[in-house]
Amino acid sequence: MVPITRRRVLGATGAVIAGAAAAALSEGFLPIGGRARADEQPDPLRLRRWVMVFDLQRCDGCVGLGLPPQCTQTCTWSRFVPEGQQWLEVFESELNELPDAGIQFLPALCMQCQNAPCTNVCPVAATFHTPEGVVLIDQERCIGCRLCMAACPYDRRFFNWDEPVQPPQVKSSPYNVQTQTPAIKGTVMKCDFCTDRAEAGGLPFCVEGCPRDAIYYGDIEEDIATNGSEVVQLSRLLNENEAFRYKEELGTKPRVYYMQGHGEKALPKTKTEHERTFMKDRLEWPWERIVAELEKLGAEKPA
Amino acid sequence: METGAGRLEELALAPLRRTRRGYYLVLLGLLVIVGVGVFAYSRQLAGGLAVTGMAPTENKIMWGLYITNFVFFIGISHAGTLISAILRVSKADWRTPVTRMAEFITVVALMVGALFPIIDLGRPDRMLNVIRYGRFQSPILWDLFAISTYLFGSFVYLYLPLIPDLATCRDRLHDNISAPRRWFYRTFSAGWRGAPDQRRILAMALVLMMIVIIPVAVSVHTVVSWIFAMTLRTGWNSTMFGAYFVAGAIFSGTATLIVVMAILRRTNHLEAYITQKQFVYLGYLMAALGMVMVYFNLSEFVTAGYKLEEGEPVYLNQVFTGTFAPIYWFYIFGGLLLPALIVLMPWTRNVAGVLVAAVFVDIAMWLERYIIVVATLRVPQMPYNDLATYAPTWVEVAITAGAFALFAFLIMVFVKIVPVISIWEVSEQLEQEQGQPAIDALPFPAAQPAGGS
Ligand code: SF4
Ligand code: SF4
Ligand code: SF4
Repeated sequence: MVPITRRRVLGATGAVIAGAAAAALSEGFLPIGGRARADEQPDPLRLRRWVMVFDLQRCDGCVGLGLPPQCTQTCTWSRFVPEGQQWLEVFESELNELPDAGIQFLPALCMQCQNAPCTNVCPVAATFHTPEGVVLIDQERCIGCRLCMAACPYDRRFFNWDEPVQPPQVKSSPYNVQTQTPAIKGTVMKCDFCTDRAEAGGLPFCVEGCPRDAIYYGDIEEDIATNGSEVVQLSRLLNENEAFRYKEELGTKPRVYYMQGHGEKALPKTKTEHERTFMKDRLEWPWERIVAELEKLGAEKPA
Repeated sequence: METGAGRLEELALAPLRRTRRGYYLVLLGLLVIVGVGVFAYSRQLAGGLAVTGMAPTENKIMWGLYITNFVFFIGISHAGTLISAILRVSKADWRTPVTRMAEFITVVALMVGALFPIIDLGRPDRMLNVIRYGRFQSPILWDLFAISTYLFGSFVYLYLPLIPDLATCRDRLHDNISAPRRWFYRTFSAGWRGAPDQRRILAMALVLMMIVIIPVAVSVHTVVSWIFAMTLRTGWNSTMFGAYFVAGAIFSGTATLIVVMAILRRTNHLEAYITQKQFVYLGYLMAALGMVMVYFNLSEFVTAGYKLEEGEPVYLNQVFTGTFAPIYWFYIFGGLLLPALIVLMPWTRNVAGVLVAAVFVDIAMWLERYIIVVATLRVPQMPYNDLATYAPTWVEVAITAGAFALFAFLIMVFVKIVPVISIWEVSEQLEQEQGQPAIDALPFPAAQPAGGS
């Protein structure tokens, strides 16, 4: 039996309205192949399926270190994220409604939804799934309608309302869809899952930037993941910790998992519970300063 | 009374012959407002969408006045279909003198409304990507197809019943008009002589068009609503959105028709043909649709409010008691209940009363669109500390004002080019009525010069 998926329904509707049949099914983003078993050699021809896991027992929003969230900060610095955008944003949320339940820190980036509301609605396929299942945006094609932003249930898409300020080297580099550089005015941006880093054998910047080793990056296909310090079997990590996906009930099928917790394993702690302050408002976007400095240097040189 | 038809022709053609100074003044005033709007858009082109009130909301409220206007204008474009097609199908004769205006509102509202998604684009220079790389799975493509089909259909539907009247213009206006206009009438009257076979073909084409245009019109506002309903957002994620939007569209369309009708009736001295009867009947229709809207509101908010899913408390609070409460309650009381009351009370059931009711409906329906767009986007989807606030900038306000001025401007130009009342259809009807006793049970004789005020 053919399962009814939203994509199918969508495809059918589109076909009826436009009179073009089966356009929806030609996109072929769905993950290929089944799960590799532990005793099997991974098939080199198989596509990677990147996932990320946040260990919320370890994440304390970098409060204990007295720093702004370092994942966000590293991402921003390394990815040249335009001012004001937090591709990876750490939220402070009430753990539950019980008295003294405390705060949980919830880092959220683009969930790389497999049934992605954003790619479904894009009129020009500017936002799309790579064969590996990562959602990317082609800023050279995006028309800036912002329907994808309205559709994203995690508010993980950002718009360049103004001409984005970035260092001149970035601005003048040829456009790269994987790294979204240079940023283009009037188009949408978001976390791109650092696929360029993964392809080169590295880890995403946010994973490397986390001082608590709370972020794992891995591949479901090979059933492996790492937080930079240890390598684990992904499925076991997820199963044993009863990992969940944020807003699972929406059916977006994210590739980002969370292990429930509230920073209890975030060690060493340098501050007591009572001194907790979340320093999200101290995040830095140094681009304007860098550009100004460079201009000053440029003006001084000929003299 | 001279033969009804002859007098009508004189009346209908008079504005095409002479133009008063006041007309040019108003036209100029509208042009100035359009000009300010164009200037504002040029600022936006230069500075990007950063000049709008959406930019400071940190990407949380990414649509504002432009999308509100888009939904509103496409909504009022339903005036034409409803009055002409639905009433034509149901053989309601009283609609004859107002069909032309209704159809023209449709065309103009569609043209103005379709500008807004383009104005709202971050990259208007890449607009054609929608055709180059268009994906049929995107609601925006559905809108593109539905609206362009509707626009084309409405043009045809406006043009077909114009042919005999253009022929009348060609035959009656030859001396005191300029050469291009003479050419216009000659070309577009398409050799109409009123021969029996021509009449037969026209009648057939009209029947065909009115059957085609109704489903197209319904589909248009349905897919406009699907831009919203295809998302998972609280307040938009609703299966009844299509029906809700279509009802709202016809509702505001009727109101707009009443307003335009009242103005043109005064300026073009059509009191004898557009009487209290048309106003009251359209008023009844508007009141009935208002009740449908009340029903939809109840249905939507009771089902959402009973379950109080995540997000709903914020949404309902801000609409019922919070930031949007004044707008919302004005919409319910001033826009849905009061107009119905005005129309139903015998002592306000007259031209002035219905006009006031219609103005209220139009304002309220614009506000309703605003709530649908902005209030919904304000509902946080992530655990934010505070809610975003959207306040339109002068650029957005100026572009909005420019669009309304453009709407009025195009209607004014139209009334100078073609008769605003369908001469041949009204005459035919008059002839028929003189032959037969009136079937109408209600106390408003069809076209008596004494009617109305
Ligand atoms: S989180 Fe949002 S932006 Fe990312 S894939 Fe899902 S819908 Fe798209
Ligand atoms: S804003 Fe760009 S990426 Fe988003 S839906 Fe529109 S065209 Fe696609
Ligand atoms: S995966 Fe890369 S782009 Fe995404 S949040 Fe981490 S560092 Fe930023």
